[in-house]
Amino acid sequence: MRALSASSPLSALNRGPLAYVLLTAYLLLTSALLLTNTRTSLGTDILFILFLLGFLLIYRARVAGLYKLALGAIMLLAIVPYFGAQNAYYIELAIQAGIFVALALGLNVVVGFAGLLDLGYVAFFAVGAYLWGIFSTDQAAQFLPGFTPLAAESFYLFLALGLFIGAFFGALLGLPVLRLRGDYLAIVTLGLGEVIRVLAVNLDRPVNITNGSQGIKSIARPPLPDVMRTLLPGLSDPQLYQLLIYLMALLVVGLSVFVVYRLKNSRIGRAWEAIREDETAAIAMGVPLVRMKLLAFAVGASFAGAMGVLFAAKQQFINPPTFDLLRSIGILSMVILGGMGSIPGAILGGMLVTLLDLQILPRIATELGALKRQGVVIPDWFDPAQYQRALFGLLLIIMMIFRPEGILPDQRRSEEMHAGAPARPSGGPDQSN
Amino acid sequence: MAIAQAIPLRLSQRSVRNTLVGVFGPLGQVFLFVVGSAVVLSAIIIVIALLLRGTRTDTDLLTATLVILPQVIVDGLVRGFLFATIALGYTLVYGVLEFINFAHGEIFMVGAFSGAAFGTVLAAAGLLPNIPPLLFVIASVAVGMVVSGLLAVIIERVAYRPLRGAPRLVPLISAIGVSLLLQDGVRLIANVTGLGFNARFQTPNFGPPLQLAQIPVTPERNIPLILDVRALIFIVAAVIMLLALNYLVNATKLGTAIRAVAQDRPTASLMGIDVNKIITITFLIGGALGGAAGILFGVRVGTVNPYVGFLPGLKAFTAAVLGGIGNITGAMVGGIVLGFLEAFVASYLSLLTAGALSGASYADIVAFTILILILIFRPSGLLGESVTQKV
Amino acid sequence: MLLDAQHVTKTFGGLVAVNDVSLTVEPGSIVSVIGPNGAGKTTFFNVLTGIYKPTSGRILFDGAEITGLRPDQITQRGIARTFQNIRLFNNMTVLENVLVGMHGRLHAGLWGSLFLTPAVRAEEQSARKRAFELLAFVGLERKHSELAKNLPYGDQRRLEIARAMATQPKLILLDEPTAGMNPQETGEAIHLIRRLRDELGITVILIEHDMRVVMTISERVTVLDYGAKIAEGKPEEIRNNPQVIEAYLGRGAVVA
Repeated sequence: MRALSASSPLSALNRGPLAYVLLTAYLLLTSALLLTNTRTSLGTDILFILFLLGFLLIYRARVAGLYKLALGAIMLLAIVPYFGAQNAYYIELAIQAGIFVALALGLNVVVGFAGLLDLGYVAFFAVGAYLWGIFSTDQAAQFLPGFTPLAAESFYLFLALGLFIGAFFGALLGLPVLRLRGDYLAIVTLGLGEVIRVLAVNLDRPVNITNGSQGIKSIARPPLPDVMRTLLPGLSDPQLYQLLIYLMALLVVGLSVFVVYRLKNSRIGRAWEAIREDETAAIAMGVPLVRMKLLAFAVGASFAGAMGVLFAAKQQFINPPTFDLLRSIGILSMVILGGMGSIPGAILGGMLVTLLDLQILPRIATELGALKRQGVVIPDWFDPAQYQRALFGLLLIIMMIFRPEGILPDQRRSEEMHAGAPARPSGGPDQSN
Repeated sequence: MAIAQAIPLRLSQRSVRNTLVGVFGPLGQVFLFVVGSAVVLSAIIIVIALLLRGTRTDTDLLTATLVILPQVIVDGLVRGFLFATIALGYTLVYGVLEFINFAHGEIFMVGAFSGAAFGTVLAAAGLLPNIPPLLFVIASVAVGMVVSGLLAVIIERVAYRPLRGAPRLVPLISAIGVSLLLQDGVRLIANVTGLGFNARFQTPNFGPPLQLAQIPVTPERNIPLILDVRALIFIVAAVIMLLALNYLVNATKLGTAIRAVAQDRPTASLMGIDVNKIITITFLIGGALGGAAGILFGVRVGTVNPYVGFLPGLKAFTAAVLGGIGNITGAMVGGIVLGFLEAFVASYLSLLTAGALSGASYADIVAFTILILILIFRPSGLLGESVTQKV
Repeated sequence: MLLDAQHVTKTFGGLVAVNDVSLTVEPGSIVSVIGPNGAGKTTFFNVLTGIYKPTSGRILFDGAEITGLRPDQITQRGIARTFQNIRLFNNMTVLENVLVGMHGRLHAGLWGSLFLTPAVRAEEQSARKRAFELLAFVGLERKHSELAKNLPYGDQRRLEIARAMATQPKLILLDEPTAGMNPQETGEAIHLIRRLRDELGITVILIEHDMRVVMTISERVTVLDYGAKIAEGKPEEIRNNPQVIEAYLGRGAVVA
């Protein structure tokens, strides 16, 4: 990003009408290329990434805000869906990216705004997913005799409900950790996340609530609104479903961004930042620590809860391994990669890690497979798609050493994250006394 | 070193008796907690069995409880010592740096794998069946200690030292990264070298398990109370590790330097102590202890996989906190207590709930529950001192 | 009586940091608490502001009992403080630091902030206006968008005071407000502290080592040593008290 700073040659391109022209040209070019190459291949993968890079350019370009909004809207609401209609793989990618962007935004509230390292964040995602999974299938009847699965229309209600249930669990899981210092808080939240997972696996006895390790299947999808069928007659039902889920994901992401921006610039956002800076000073200035921390947990968790509902409806099948520690760490990596406390950073991180995980690594694996078939000698064990942990691990280490503030940092966090920060006297696990 | 001159004088003045007390005293504390926890938990479980006696008609709950009790205690002891040995490494590093080495569980795992490799090499060379078991244990522990110790030192240099001045969360996140990297790294190496994901930890024959006693189930039938020889070796080795560490930290020049750095790093540095060297040595020792624990674990369990360090690592951390983080004896005490709790839950949960809840699965949550409760109600742990923040 | 601390004792394990200290403060007065380093002055402040709970004793503020309340609750009642080692929110701007101080006096909640209701918008506007007024009072209004950590030392101390004022206190506890200041800055600080009382009616308790400050503005001085109160009275009486002199009168024993 230094390339676009005020005193570099690239910045000359980022001024005045030239900025408009270049930006629009780039977007037109990448869109055109994308729409004319719809087959799933390495080439299209690269085009897709270049296209998505356009969002970053929109963000950094010095053009009018309204223009950015317009461009972004066209890209998200016209080009991606159109492209996706031609190729289900890429819109699936976009949906996954959307889901994880919302999760990254939520975790960003807890980790980035309030400074609480939550390693068990995926638990709230699980809660939302199981919420819809249980009540929209005959799973609920297992412990509520006579209960009929809810109609698929209630999905929208549950999407909203997911927000509140997520918030509730966020506050619940936040309660025990309130007085703990950073690293202890991390370990305890990790433990709590694991507890939720173990419960998901074991709550099939004595009362079958979660159906244990088998998971829940045949989860209902929201019904397709007729208006979609009339507006887009050329698309089949599965394609329309994908489009619907994509639009829903976009909606939840948009809502998350809105909430996060509003809160960041509010009295609450200031209180969170104060807590992150210096808890003792904050409480001495009248900031109610408990309430504010719980609020951070609740708000962050609510995004995950809502997305969980959407995720369950999209996958139509959920089971405990989906919601494991690696997933929590994956979401954390997104926040860290993008920049803790930075909203654009969380969006970038969410997109990048999802692409890495679901597109780039598997693509490399496929290409290696093709090379192998052509006779190039590659050992069997060299399968990049299998080494997710190594990927996240390296990412975390490298980011912490070289750029702990993230790729798109919040302006002020940059300096805060490096060595040389003023040391505070400390003791045991208790932060406050 | 200025401090070096002062120490020998003091040590020679300190009587042999004092040193012995300092080193072996903690052993007494550990013994006390072993007996105490066993007694308390047994009493609790018997009371619960008595209360629930009427609910079951198929078996007499009380007899069933009593019959397996000795084995549960032995099981708890074995588990406990596993946690304790891993916890020693955690608590040492934390005591000096106030840093939770999240990757310690993986350092333990690498130790276990190095032992598996060692055993495999020996077996391939045809030496394994003839080697005396005790010699094998000592040799593999040495291998594990060296490998894990060096690994810990490298990790500290590469992933932690550059971050020493940064806000506390930064090195913690780096440690998480190291942990993940090691898991996949070992998986890769295991695949490449043919050890496989589930590597067999080959050992010479240790002989049949020891029969400690016979427990009468019915007037005609007895169940033997067994303790595997390998588990016994584990316990003995753990005790030796505790004594050695205590001696090192409390009665040697190096130990004093370590304690000085732990108490007040800038002042220790002003006193002429090479802080970087001490930190490196601390990681070396902590890693070596983890490696030794890994070897002993592998010897006992028979197979190891790259993810085998994660859960015991977390539980060992809980044990360290339970006993009082930074307190070496506390690590052992915490480990023992946690081990007993887990064993009791694992064995009795299904029995007492008539199979409704599976003990084996819920036993894992015991550790996390304890962690939360301890950190809420008594953050200083069982043996730790209350630490308050100076404002 | 605005503040009535009765027989406050605070022990940490075996250490008695504050030993049976009683202190009363009349509204509108400026009093000082002095004593050698380690005498327990800051610990006493911490007990008064709720950061520590007293081992024994009671604290009454404005007629009501505040013993055992949380720091934010005590701030809500009207006691504010500054810290011995400046504890500003380093990566927030000067203005934001003051706005955080106003947290307890503002009411924007989750929903109001999300929907940016007219009430919340108006509140934010008036909050900013008031924050600027506070900054003007201490002379920092032109630096409002600077990051707190980039301020020179003297300005940081002033910002701490402005932030404490933002909580709308009746009583303000200043912990070594002139530490590290040159004579000119000290004079300005004295002037500022006087204005707090004269113009805004805030009662002030100071912990101070600079005897010039203590002698100049305190109406009454309380002396602590090893956690206990060893003397109390007018500045001139304390200056000549042999016990106090013996305990260690601190820097600047020769007062201009």
